[in-house]
Amino acid sequence: MSKKIKSILATDCGSTTTKAVLIEWKEDRYRLTFRGEAPTTVEAPFEDVTKGVLNAVMEVEELSGRTILDGDKIITPDDGSKGVDIYVSTSSAGGGLQMMVAGVVKSMSGESAERAALGAGSIVMDVLASNDGRLPHEKITRIRQLRPDMILLSGGTDGGTTTHVMELAEILAAANPRPRLGQNYKLPVIYAGNNKAQDSIRETLGEISDLDIVDNIRPVLEQENLEPSRDKIHDLFMEHVMAQAPGYKKLMSWTDAPIMPTPGAVGSLIEMIAKKENISVVGVDIGGATTDIFSVFEGKFNRTVSANLGMSYSICNVLAESGLDNVLRWVPFDIDRSELTNRIGNKMIRPTTVPQSLEELVIEQAIAREALRLSFIQHKEFATSLKGVQSERTISDAFEQSSSGQSLVNMMDLDLLVGSGGVLSHAPRRQQSARMLIDAFMPEGITQLAVDSIFMMPQLGVLANIDKDELKEDASQAALEVFDNDCLIRLGTCVTPVGNAKPNSKMADVTLTFGDGSVKEIEINEGSLEMMEHPFEEVKVYIKPARGIDVGAGKGEELESVIYGGVVGLIFDGRNRPITLSKESDQRIDSLLNWSKAVDEYPKGEMF
Amino acid sequence: MAHSYTPGLKVLKKTIFKKERILPLKGDVLVKSGDQLTPDTIVASTNLPGNVQMLKVSNILNIDPKDVVEALQVKEGQEVKKGDIIAETSGIFGMFKSSVESPVDGTIESISQSTGRVVVREAPIPVEVDAYVSGVVDEVVENEGIVLKSNAAFIQGIFGIAGEKRGDLLLVSSGPGEELTADQITADMKGKILIGGSFLSLDAYKKALSVQVAGIVVGGFNYYDLKAVLGYNLGVAITGTEKLNTALIVTEGYGSIPMSEATFSLLKENDGKAASINGATQIRAGVIRPEIVIPIDAGNTDDDSSSKMPEGIQEGSIVRVIRSPNFGKIGKVISLPAELNKMESETMVRVAEINIDGKNILIPRANLEMVETE
Repeated sequence: MSKKIKSILATDCGSTTTKAVLIEWKEDRYRLTFRGEAPTTVEAPFEDVTKGVLNAVMEVEELSGRTILDGDKIITPDDGSKGVDIYVSTSSAGGGLQMMVAGVVKSMSGESAERAALGAGSIVMDVLASNDGRLPHEKITRIRQLRPDMILLSGGTDGGTTTHVMELAEILAAANPRPRLGQNYKLPVIYAGNNKAQDSIRETLGEISDLDIVDNIRPVLEQENLEPSRDKIHDLFMEHVMAQAPGYKKLMSWTDAPIMPTPGAVGSLIEMIAKKENISVVGVDIGGATTDIFSVFEGKFNRTVSANLGMSYSICNVLAESGLDNVLRWVPFDIDRSELTNRIGNKMIRPTTVPQSLEELVIEQAIAREALRLSFIQHKEFATSLKGVQSERTISDAFEQSSSGQSLVNMMDLDLLVGSGGVLSHAPRRQQSARMLIDAFMPEGITQLAVDSIFMMPQLGVLANIDKDELKEDASQAALEVFDNDCLIRLGTCVTPVGNAKPNSKMADVTLTFGDGSVKEIEINEGSLEMMEHPFEEVKVYIKPARGIDVGAGKGEELESVIYGGVVGLIFDGRNRPITLSKESDQRIDSLLNWSKAVDEYPKGEMF
Repeated sequence: MAHSYTPGLKVLKKTIFKKERILPLKGDVLVKSGDQLTPDTIVASTNLPGNVQMLKVSNILNIDPKDVVEALQVKEGQEVKKGDIIAETSGIFGMFKSSVESPVDGTIESISQSTGRVVVREAPIPVEVDAYVSGVVDEVVENEGIVLKSNAAFIQGIFGIAGEKRGDLLLVSSGPGEELTADQITADMKGKILIGGSFLSLDAYKKALSVQVAGIVVGGFNYYDLKAVLGYNLGVAITGTEKLNTALIVTEGYGSIPMSEATFSLLKENDGKAASINGATQIRAGVIRPEIVIPIDAGNTDDDSSSKMPEGIQEGSIVRVIRSPNFGKIGKVISLPAELNKMESETMVRVAEINIDGKNILIPRANLEMVETE
């Protein structure tokens, strides 16, 4: 089979590191062949992002022995011995894309605008709404202080009343906001509200801002139309924000597809995987300052950014929000509380340090569980069905007590949970990553676990988004194949029966039939955690839950399925949902030590 | 020779200190290149646009937004005083009139017929920027401010609270390992910058606040005491805007940690001299650390050590351990092995072999900090 694209170079310019990967067509599929990295060079003394890109690419050249650069140009196309066919890039350098959004009703158009901005890969600095409880001058002060990269204004259904959205426009006009980067251009404003107000909006905001008008984000209450806003955000990100950052004009001239904001690229990849495999997915990226969560449930994509839940810069905020007790419940030894808070404070002010002792590692992973748990709570609250929608209810609905605005996140439906970010990707043992994911997200039923070991999802995401006709097919095939073969490290599958069960009682019988025909039977008991080593290979599973217990087919219903092992294996989790730990210190420590032993989480020694 | 880049905090006996003093908005620069500056010299000033009051005239008068124009008694751009009538209905036969008064002194900025609102902008808010440190104007940034230059001793802390303060340095602790206690702080220390050793308790800080000490430089402070000072849990290290009389600069970290010998002796050497300090800290991309600037007489040489590129850790470098175990200890680099080493936590890292108290131990390079001195 001849391929139009034989080789792909992709980079991700992060705020600290620029990463380059080389993807090549190898006989029958695309594979990641080499990767390199170098410090990002957006800030002084370099102030040119392309220097970091060239350095990262040079590392790829050295490792691969292939010539890719001619001076500071990328050689295209691939002539078999040198050059690459296409080059793409993502960027989150310089703080990424920072937006402010506005909507009339906070939980309706405000939330839709927020969803569009987050989905495009932006950080949402604030959501202004007519009903947010702030007085006009407070809103104006806030807009002035924040200095966003762009503003998305929405509100009203098409043809409806224009007063409220116009009031918001007037507040924007009075604030006369200026963009974060560059003194000499107007702030981009996207209007995605009531189409009847478009002329008045032009009159009010046309002069003082760089105004773009797109289709209404909520044309009718029952419908959300995010695409036009999202696409416009991407265009403006390129035209305005990126163009202001040092060196980006040059970088933009090199790439074969528009540069995407890093989280936007990750989101679109996760959306694509969920669609292709017809599965529900949750992806998480836990960084030093923020935690991003992406999900696709019922075909609907959502992204949230927990701006101050991270493992270094904002580690003290995790402590402040979760409380010290919630962190300490995951730590299987006694520790002086004031000394612990000082240690965590020191990690915040010296964010690049690494845990040298086992004790430090355990504490860091305890904090990670809480950061992930809190971020996921925020995500569940945000990823909801549309609010304010009236639906016809039948008698049976009335009994279910369902209402609009319910969370789409259903852990029993979740098929794949992917983790990335230092604390998950670089944990010394993969069992630790699996435990952190399970303890924080508390999956139910059958859930596959994985980590993105080198955080390659951004590059694959932008690759999947190439829309040049002649390249599209190969590029998206490359993205999917590399995602499957090289990007994910499959940890294994977690099987969790859910329901009220007495302590230590049997929750389910599980029969596993392996590829070689051998059969194994196990019991999952309440409160237990067990692991069985098994590689990433198919295992047929038959589960018979106890009465009142659900593994995915309904309470007490048997389930047949196919599951996969991984570098950790198969995990059988009989712990209650939510996972509750004993208030008695001795009992709690006993449980923690037993669970750690069961999955071989930490090295054996004095502590474990 | 093996080499590793590890940024450290600056402790410089003499350097050319440069600082941008820039307005938040464009305005007037009041000094020119080469002018001598004292810390209090105002170098630039401007007016920030005033606050905005939005009056829902149509709602208050109970009329349609498009009828607001008819009821108006003012025009766009017109100045108004508090209590002036902005709009008034004609009433019935001149009776039962209702009206809207201006809630503030200001200018009518805009009148909207689509929402029936009138925007009144209050008077501009003047903003001034002072020199902060004594020195000379090195460069004028047109309409924005200046770059100040000064010969100074310069020390960075790791974390601080409260913004710019100035005062004379006053050595209180006799050694870097000694705690600065509440009973050592007396009323005559008002306006001074106190130099402590290893630790400052919450009680001692409160005492300093009460006698209006300008600032304290100390090795360590408890993280959980910050809540009592700030009134909230400090979640991310972004500080500098706290309204506190006494700036606090911590040089080593949270807990009781002896101040580094270099920092302490440099502060001691300058005991009694005027200094400018700033507790503002930002630990994010574009790190800001708190600083102590002590202007000194220009010597024979212009030692511009602040503009040198950091050289990084080399064999023989003096480094400080910045994470437990051995947190706060100072040692000398014996070797920088190239291969990754497995730590007790099983983390694979690049390490440095350090001699601490006569023993050689392996420590992750990420957990070391250069002690930068001339």
